[in-house]
This record gives sequence, C-alpha cells and structure tokens, in this order.
Amino acid sequence: MTVLQRPLTPPIYNRMVVDMEAILTDKRADAVFGALADATRRDILARAMGGDLGISELAAPYPMSFAAVQKHVAVLERAGLVRKRVDGRRRVVTTDIEGLRNARVVLDHYEQLWRGRVARMHGLLAEEDLPAGHLDDPADDPAG
Amino acid sequence: MSTVDITKDLPNATLVVSSVFSASPERVWRLWADPRQLERWWGPDPYPATVVDHDLRPGGHVAYHMTGPEGDQHKGYWRVIEVEPPRRLVFEDGFADDSGAPNDDLPVSRAEVTIEAVDDTRTRMTLTSVYDTTAALEVVLGMGMEEGIRTAFEQILGLLAEG
Repeated sequence: MTVLQRPLTPPIYNRMVVDMEAILTDKRADAVFGALADATRRDILARAMGGDLGISELAAPYPMSFAAVQKHVAVLERAGLVRKRVDGRRRVVTTDIEGLRNARVVLDHYEQLWRGRVARMHGLLAEEDLPAGHLDDPADDPAG
Repeated sequence: MSTVDITKDLPNATLVVSSVFSASPERVWRLWADPRQLERWWGPDPYPATVVDHDLRPGGHVAYHMTGPEGDQHKGYWRVIEVEPPRRLVFEDGFADDSGAPNDDLPVSRAEVTIEAVDDTRTRMTLTSVYDTTAALEVVLGMGMEEGIRTAFEQILGLLAEG
C-alpha cells in the first residue's frame, strides 16, 4: 500500500488506515445490519427479490403510509441492499444480494487480523526458544 | 509450525480462533497480561501497537494506539470484564477517538480468551470474538418465514457461505 498521498480526504484516508479500521469506518457494514434490524424492511427485502415490484405495489400490504414505506426503501438502498430503477412511470425495487455480502466482509477481515496476531504470538514464543536464557524481564528490544 | 483454526459463524457474527502453542499456559497468558508482550503482536504489520494503560482487572481499562507508517495514530481500548489468570480473559474491544475516549460510532466486539494446557508442553488458546450489530442477521435467520421467502433467504445465505 502506498504511503504517498499526503493530504488525504477522509474517505480515502479511511481506506488507507489499518484495514480493520477502514472496513469498520465504512458505514456500509453497519448500515446493512441496521437495515436488517427492522421487520418491515426484511419483509420488503424478501418481496423485492423477484425484482419487478414498484414501490406502490411493495407498499400496498403494509398498514403504513406510502411515505413510510418509501423511507424504509431508502434505508435499504443506502445500505446497498436494494436498487431502484425507473420503468416507465414505476420505480421498481430490486433486492441486491451483493449488499448482504458486505456483512461477510467484516468477519473475513477479522479472520485475517487474527491470523496475523496468532502468527506473531507464535513468533514471539519461538524467538524465546532460540537462546538458552529466558526473557522474563524483557531486556529485548522495544517493539516497533 | 504455527497453525490456526478459524471458524466463522456469520449469522452470529462470531469468529473463533484457536491455536496450540509450545509453551505453558502461564507463558501464553503473559502474551496478554504483559503490555510489552501485547504490543509486540496486537498491531497488524505496519501498525505497531503501543500500550499506554494496562489495568487487567475486572472493570479495568487497557488503552493503546497503533502507529502507522506516516506517524498516524489509531487509538483503541479494552474494557476488561473477567480476568482469571492464566486461564480466562474477557474484554470488550473498541475504538477510541483522538482523546482516547471510546468512540461509540464504531462497533465494539467482545472477546473471550481461554487458555488451557493440552499436555505438559503444549497449550491451547481459544479466542471467541463476537461482533456488534450483526445480531440483525441472526434475526433474519431465526424469524419465521413462509416457504418461498425462506428459500430466497437460504439462497442468500448459501451465497454468503460460499464466499
């Protein structure tokens, strides 16, 4: 990863910092889980799988205003869980399965982080095995 | 050989990391309990960690920062929940803002470390880490759904599982 660009705008900066932080600062993962936390939105998500319902058709079964349903769809859209497209006079909502994959990215990331950590733990212990002496009081070189 | 077993449980947002070390439980414990040891493995590669506060008691606080190649600092903290040397450590792991105060905008994870002797020379360390907010996915899995919808979700979950 390059270390060149000096004046970093926040989004780019976020991508460059420790991977972990970058992914977590990426609000998308949070947005996905936040969006999934609501029953109506989960229902919309399930019904929009077919990919050809307009917002008004989606809204019909719910005992709430059209505007309220629109708001739910907007939350799902921001989370990357649905896409909207215009079809004539209709605004068609389609579930985006890719969006759900984001949830997985967070765990994948942590997996990599912990693989690294455990490898370094092993490295530390192996290092100690080499000389006959112990490093009970670390006279070893300071980290980093 | 250092092997690591990793199990990911997406619906429960849980990661289980397990590895066997050629060392005593006490020695493995020290990787966590000695801040100088901790800072040698906690930070990912170009971001070494510096532990500035390390109070490993229930309710205690561990504060650290990781320093990037450009001198950029990223602060984090643990809130210590359970401590049982040399066998068990439970803490919350979160990000901190520049002042070192917990940053509640970023997810907190809960880590449970268990350390147990396998035999006279080997010790297994298991870390179970549960990540925030993902509970929502569990709800998705657990909710009752009519068959068609369930199938659709199962397809999604299959996709998720195959990575």
